[in-house]
Amino acid sequence: MGNEAIIMLFLTGLVLVGGGIGAAMVLGPKRWNKVKEEPYECGIETTGPSWLQFRVGYYLFAILFLIFDVETVFIVPVATSIKELGVAAFIEVVIFFVILGLGLLYAWKKGALKWE
Amino acid sequence: MNAIYDFSILTGGIHEWLSGLMSPTAVMITEMVIIGTLLIVFVALMGLVLVLAERKVAAFFQLRLGPNRVGPWGSLQTLADFLKLLTKELITTKSADKFLYNLAPFIVMLTPFLALGVIPFAPGLQIMDMNIGVFFITAVSSMGVLGILIGGWASNNKYSLIGGMRSAAMVVSYELSVTLAIMTMVIMTESLSLSEIVASQSDGWWIIKGHIPALIAFLLYLTASTAETNRGPFDLAEAESELTAGFHTEYGGIKFAFFFLSEFVNMLVVASIATILFFGGWMPFHLPFEWAVGFNHIMDFIPGIVWGFGKVTFVIFLMMWFRWTFPRLRIDQILNLEWKYLLPMNLVNFLLMALIALSGFYL
Repeated sequence: MGNEAIIMLFLTGLVLVGGGIGAAMVLGPKRWNKVKEEPYECGIETTGPSWLQFRVGYYLFAILFLIFDVETVFIVPVATSIKELGVAAFIEVVIFFVILGLGLLYAWKKGALKWE
Repeated sequence: MNAIYDFSILTGGIHEWLSGLMSPTAVMITEMVIIGTLLIVFVALMGLVLVLAERKVAAFFQLRLGPNRVGPWGSLQTLADFLKLLTKELITTKSADKFLYNLAPFIVMLTPFLALGVIPFAPGLQIMDMNIGVFFITAVSSMGVLGILIGGWASNNKYSLIGGMRSAAMVVSYELSVTLAIMTMVIMTESLSLSEIVASQSDGWWIIKGHIPALIAFLLYLTASTAETNRGPFDLAEAESELTAGFHTEYGGIKFAFFFLSEFVNMLVVASIATILFFGGWMPFHLPFEWAVGFNHIMDFIPGIVWGFGKVTFVIFLMMWFRWTFPRLRIDQILNLEWKYLLPMNLVNFLLMALIALSGFYL
């Protein structure tokens, strides 16, 4: 099939999950109970809100990921054609990687990769 | 390769037969329905088999028997589990974000479905032959973490939130290594189309032809993709001993089943890509030597589908082996491993592979 199959795959996933949840709605029992609605927290009552401020470490890694992910997009065309492009392209990739490596080293030395 | 094992003869025959009966649009819709139904059956079957396999493998690693009550050798255990989950009540907690909470299982299941569409399992057994297949899979599989993050956040539960955030930090980090390891192999294959990558290995698999960089890339890929699918020893997102069930603490019944199923289908996708890039997909084992012609002919008699699924099973077994052998890592250890070891190794390995490709020092 051609690329229109993406639509088919998308719909197939929707049908499977939707069908499963729909079937469970029909087949499963419906016995409402006030305690059932409580979020789980070790069996005791929930204290305070759960959507709290979060440690900055996770966001730092997300930003670092963004930088390197863009880099991998640049790698794709180079990787597919480096055999034809030859040595000049290889030297360019080396320079590119050295700059990236320095960036990673900078983040490393600044303590962005530290988790305390 | 023997032409008789080519599935495109069968699918082409069905296509022509349908074309004789209806208009092109109707043919397309009918084919979509047929393929969609087969895909659902395939995914459901793989889920049942892989969950049972996981439990049996775990049992044997721990010197237990594993499931052995329902059906012969416990073979119907997962089917019974599935039926039980299907008849459970669906509960949404009162403080949860209702829309996002219900959206998460959809996103989690959609990503492996989209990825399965471009994978060639056997000659001709591929839903769509995309010319940017590798890139498509990388793009789609990075969507999976969204489902986990949304599910973890929308549950409005502290365990879920911590699990979701950990998973997000971990999966995005390891995605870099997965992509770079794949790109290292793309230097050799010179194509992003999965079927062309398979075809380029008719005289030998890349793990043999690509020398040491291919071997390093395989190890890096296997490690990083184990982390990307949230499997042990990197299963921090659902670390039972500290987070109850992590991001799916609040999910019950069939919704939990979909999170569980997606993990196993993701594992299938990841193992299939490893198979295609390093072990030649459905290509038989060929030695790239003059004297091995007879041996290569014998290997040709084993159907492609057996080779394909055999190798996928092997890689999945490796991943299960990891899970039940290594202890779980801490979040800082996991991120250190990626950013301080795997990523620099990947960058160097990429250059090494480029050097080998340019010097022509490969078979």
